[in-house]
Amino acid sequence: MNTMKTNTNHLSFSDIDKDAGLKKAFSMGRADIISELNHSGLRGRGGAGFPTSVKWNLAAAAKSDQKFVVCNADEGEPGTFKDRLILAEFPDLVIAGMTIAGYAIGASKGIIYLRGEYSYLRQSLEEVLARRRAQGLLGKGLLGKENYAFDIEMRMGAGAYICGEETALIESLEGHRGESRNRPPFPVDTGFRGHPTIVNNVETLAWAACILAKGADWFKAMGTDKSAGSKLFSVSGDCERPGVYEFPMGVTIDRLLEAVGGTHAKAVQVGGASGHCIPAAEFKRTLAFEDVPTGGSVIVFGPQRDMLAIAKNFLEFFTEESCGQCTPCREGNEKLLEGVRLLEAGKCSMTYLKDLCALGETMQLASKCGLGQSSPNAFLSIVNHFKSEILGRKAAAPAGR
Amino acid sequence: MLVPVQERLRLDIEKWITQYGNDRSSLIPMLQEVQKKYSRISEYAMQVIADQLSIHPVEVHGVVSFYSYLKEAHKGRFEVRLCRTIACDMAGRDRIAQQLRNELGINFGETTPDGRFSLEWANCLGMCDQGPALLVNEQVFTRVTPESIHDILARFRREMDINVFQQAEEH
Ligand SMILES: Cc1cc2nc3c(=O)[nH]c(=O)nc-3n(C[C@H](O)[C@H](O)[C@H](O)COP(=O)(O)O)c2cc1C
Ligand code: SF4
Ligand code: FES
Repeated sequence: MNTMKTNTNHLSFSDIDKDAGLKKAFSMGRADIISELNHSGLRGRGGAGFPTSVKWNLAAAAKSDQKFVVCNADEGEPGTFKDRLILAEFPDLVIAGMTIAGYAIGASKGIIYLRGEYSYLRQSLEEVLARRRAQGLLGKGLLGKENYAFDIEMRMGAGAYICGEETALIESLEGHRGESRNRPPFPVDTGFRGHPTIVNNVETLAWAACILAKGADWFKAMGTDKSAGSKLFSVSGDCERPGVYEFPMGVTIDRLLEAVGGTHAKAVQVGGASGHCIPAAEFKRTLAFEDVPTGGSVIVFGPQRDMLAIAKNFLEFFTEESCGQCTPCREGNEKLLEGVRLLEAGKCSMTYLKDLCALGETMQLASKCGLGQSSPNAFLSIVNHFKSEILGRKAAAPAGR
Repeated sequence: MLVPVQERLRLDIEKWITQYGNDRSSLIPMLQEVQKKYSRISEYAMQVIADQLSIHPVEVHGVVSFYSYLKEAHKGRFEVRLCRTIACDMAGRDRIAQQLRNELGINFGETTPDGRFSLEWANCLGMCDQGPALLVNEQVFTRVTPESIHDILARFRREMDINVFQQAEEH
């Protein structure tokens, strides 16, 4: 494989003894593990920011003879690649996190759902799993718990962004089209094959292992009141040092841009295609659940970028990846894309643009799952901040495509 | 020893069933095995899998048509997937796309007449810090330039010449 090295700053994961958290957890009661996590304030790193301890607690409380832990390694949000780095460089932490989760909720099986595009990581992950079985860190009677067994299986995605959504992911695991389910019921109650299932992001699981190793207070000392701890950010686009950077939650956009050499940016897209576009005037804002929430993707747009082309790229992505189950998302994204084409041709009136924005707001409310609900975000924020750039264009000579 | 392709396919599927089990949740791993070995999932393969899992072939068809990595139509031995998403777009995706068309003599969505290469678009490959990025089967190439396309493809052409006996077969 010829991938060049990804730039990083110093990552906390490299300071952690990879199995300290696991060993600590297995010396504790199940309720105490969840309580430690609760005290840490860890919230999901996959984007939605759901408190991890609450999810684990619900699954722990559910009554069932079988429970599952799923590691969501489907990382498909455009501009996101931190999970790839974690899986390649800190796989033991992720697997330890899964094992801790399994023990805490009383599951005997874990599944890593790895996106098909990351197939080249599969073999090394299988090797880590095999090594851990041999070390007695997975399998029957692991770490001396004679009556407990936990093992992990790998499953590969097949090229569908929607399968990162947890209910679509479960549909896919069950051998169906990756179409999101109505919620409730939630996976913690009715998940894989009808059993209680927790689905957590790769990074969330790695942090859980770190928190058990170093204590909730260590984690809580970083970040803000509402967004505890630190987080990995995938930074790409117009900057000198794109890569994966760790910052405490609550870091300002300014500060992040300084670190990556992107201070000249005119805007950044936070949260990938489904996130929001933040103009330079707002770079004092913070990356945190209470301000600009994110799964960690930051795409930097330099002064020369055409913001309309960016909106178009995102909408092309969503028209392609919509699962097609519900009308607001399936038809809405097509309509918005048509609107962008009109804008490109300089043929969109302000009245029509307002109609498109109203449509976008309807999609946010009426779509069945997170994909449709968030798909208009980029378009709406670009229209909001860059109206003068995108309206009244001269019909350009078609670019050489 | 020459075994007809359909027979071989059936034997393979039976082997994979013993490995994965005959629960519905084995469907996608089964389809992935077929896709990988035979470069496509034929009507016949879907029928055999449906029988083994005791589901209707229409169900299998519905799943194959949903996922972009599963295809009924013939694909090349090597699938070239160029990322078209934002970071790679900004990093010069269009010129890479044009050079791929030039080198392969086909458009996106097509397969070369010799069955060696198919050309497809992909969405974000998680290499956004190193775009433009593309995959050839499971291998990823980053910071691709129009100039480097030829060498990348030549590598796979050579591999193909060495493994003439492994060429994807009709079935
Ligand atoms: C369209 C869509 C795609 C998603 N893709 C991912 C993904 O690739 N990885 C991920 O961890 N979460 C993804 N999520 C969020 C998951 O549904 C879920 O919230 C997450 O896996 C929960 O884990 P966490 O609480 O640890 O963040 C996606 C959500 C939506 C709506
Ligand atoms: S919002 Fe989009 S992706 Fe989600 S269920 Fe509806 S059509 Fe499918
Ligand atoms: S945008 Fe091309 S790899 Fe992410």
